[in-house]
Amino acid sequence: MVEKPIYFNEMGMDGAVRPPYAGLDSWAADMPDEFRNTKQSEAEALFRRIGITFAVYGEGGDPDRLIPFDMFPRIFAANEWRKLDRGVKQRAKALNAFLMDVYGRGEIVKAGKIPGRLVYQNEAYEKSVVGIKPPRGVYSHIVGIDLVRTGPDEFFVLEDNCRTPSGVSYMLENREIMMRMFPQLFRENRIAPVENYPAQLKRTLASVAPEKCDGEPTIAILTPGHFNSAYYEHSFLADMMGVALVEGQDLFVKGDFCYMRTTEGPKKVDVIYRRIDDAFIDPLCFRPESMLGVPGLMNVYRSGGVAIASAPGAGVADDKAIYTFVPDMIRFYLGEEPILNNVPTWQCSKGDDMKYVTENLAELVVKEVHGSGGYGMLVGPRSTKEQIEAFRAKIENDPSNYIAQPTLALSTCPTFVEEGIAPRHVDLRPYCLVGENIELVPGGLTRVALTEGSLVVNSSQGGGVKDTWVMAE
Amino acid sequence: MTLLARHAENLFWIGRLVERAETVARLFEVGSRNALIPNTSGGFRNEWESVLQASGTAGRFEEKYGDDVRERNVESFLFFDSDNPSSVASCVESARENARIVRTSLTSQTWDALNNAHQEMRELKRTERSKLSMNDLIDWTLRTAALIRGTIEDTQLRIDGYDFLNIGTYLERADSTARLLDVKYFVLLPQVDFVGTGLDNYQWRTILRALSAHRAFNWAYGGEVTAMKIADFLILNRKAPRSLITCAEEACWHLDRLARGYGTTTEAQTQARSLVAKLSEITVDDIFDEGLHEFLSRSINEIAGLSAVISEVYLIGEAR
Repeated sequence: MVEKPIYFNEMGMDGAVRPPYAGLDSWAADMPDEFRNTKQSEAEALFRRIGITFAVYGEGGDPDRLIPFDMFPRIFAANEWRKLDRGVKQRAKALNAFLMDVYGRGEIVKAGKIPGRLVYQNEAYEKSVVGIKPPRGVYSHIVGIDLVRTGPDEFFVLEDNCRTPSGVSYMLENREIMMRMFPQLFRENRIAPVENYPAQLKRTLASVAPEKCDGEPTIAILTPGHFNSAYYEHSFLADMMGVALVEGQDLFVKGDFCYMRTTEGPKKVDVIYRRIDDAFIDPLCFRPESMLGVPGLMNVYRSGGVAIASAPGAGVADDKAIYTFVPDMIRFYLGEEPILNNVPTWQCSKGDDMKYVTENLAELVVKEVHGSGGYGMLVGPRSTKEQIEAFRAKIENDPSNYIAQPTLALSTCPTFVEEGIAPRHVDLRPYCLVGENIELVPGGLTRVALTEGSLVVNSSQGGGVKDTWVMAE
Repeated sequence: MTLLARHAENLFWIGRLVERAETVARLFEVGSRNALIPNTSGGFRNEWESVLQASGTAGRFEEKYGDDVRERNVESFLFFDSDNPSSVASCVESARENARIVRTSLTSQTWDALNNAHQEMRELKRTERSKLSMNDLIDWTLRTAALIRGTIEDTQLRIDGYDFLNIGTYLERADSTARLLDVKYFVLLPQVDFVGTGLDNYQWRTILRALSAHRAFNWAYGGEVTAMKIADFLILNRKAPRSLITCAEEACWHLDRLARGYGTTTEAQTQARSLVAKLSEITVDDIFDEGLHEFLSRSINEIAGLSAVISEVYLIGEAR
């Protein structure tokens, strides 16, 4: 009997190459080591030249660290992507319907589909925006959906990102660099372009300009500043869209509107794509000590003088406790069956779930409800007895702070490693745009766990990135 | 597209910092050539001290090294020291940091030039010092500055941001020409009798060399090198690319472009024009009557004044 491989290898199992990867089999196998090393250092030099570097919070060391880039692309066939496309859009639509609802009449809670306390007592629930109907009823304009694959036709949503998902600059730059280094691959394979993303984002933002704005809306990206690890992305997007990149100090409120300080004096801003958290948007409304935001901005927002993307309060939809209910949202608001599945999730705050979790810690992945970046989590099968026991104590100390999920058999994709080419685990984050229309560029950010056997793909934990191809129909 | 006031300030400073890095390298060249003159007559101040004086960093140097004014210390201090905000390394790094902030206002070529300068400086800093010659460091700095200015000139859109880059460049250059000339004052201060002797001329020539202008000078004036001719060349000659009047006219030209583009004339344009007018009327005799050092100090103050007005008018973003 042949032993069944544990992980789905996207390139193909047992030596057979799956169709989307067919064009790459010999490309990779025939690549001489020397050529490969040259290309790898060429890629690195290009990233450095563009200035895409990444600072890891609290790590010190080189502030200009690069996220490792793997040259082996991750590929989806057109029919595979069609399903993802529909599934992601469906989810983005439902999440926005949920946000409009819970800051409005709260039908879904009244219908008993989601417990009210999970919504209204949620830290991310923003009482100051209750009753506000943002332009076109959209709260989350850029939705990043984190997906993993476990089989040819099995995809799971790991989490939703409704606030300010980052990484889209990598999607675009990874492609630029691949096209520059391996033009022949793009001639031989029909790969759908992703370069429309900035234009689509700009259109999306313009489409949610407030009613008070007449004529072409002025759009600005609000960044915490050049010390932020994602500053490159903020400036990249501003550049690609041709909009201003502002910090809090560049904006001020006067009367019913928000203005930016220019060399010609104040200029009105209509749409703010903010890349700072809710808590920092307006020190008068949220954290008084915030230096990043704009005093009085929330008043202008409430009175319809400016649109903010994503709208303050959008975070309640991507909370890990709410995540469990997204399939119910899809059924409730859209009357459809979810196209993409959730990962089964146990809430440690529930007695039965807690019991199951503590009895099966060695098999599960346990996460903090509000954690991110791969920090503060336990991967049961990859942990020692001591680590598991230490984590058990943490969970028992504060059950409601933890959720648990089965250890997913994340698919693998061929990756260039020291010894040649080897399978490494990958995930995927596509970026869905919600405005007048719902749009999804064919691609996304593929993150790869470069350490053999590792399932943690976060860049702060040694993960790398790959170009993500969707084959054209 | 509108330009944020803060970003205009970043652009202005990129221009200034690149030019400042170049000035420091040029000052360094003056110092190292002056140091080659046999120091027989005594009574001269240390040549390196005059370089530090002119770069405006003598106080900071003393804090760090005391009175140990040796070439090696000066080299570390002027090239690599990150505690010295005017060192070549500090200028290159903060020019690049300013560029990172206004990445969106720069062409990819300009960004590349600034970013590469930063990467190369990191390499230089890591290199063993015995493997770096002073001349190579000076050459590297001049070449890098020329490359950055070339990309600005050849690739940037002719919009307001371009003007702010250039205004920064020319104000800094005016300031640095004045300071380089002033080095002469510090070198000769104790021994006024040396004026007009062979040694004196040698040192004047060094200043021309440091400004890459000694051949241009011969072409423009010919004959004997005199203090008067050099002052005329570096202060009042419109043909000299680094003369005070050329710098003032360039800054004025870019300010006028801004005024046309924005449709309003401000105090900045008024002051710039008055600076140009004064330099057009004055003669080299007037300058020496006033005293070269006095004239240069006054000019340095006027340039700083203009810079302050520009900041007030354009770089704060208040309604005008």
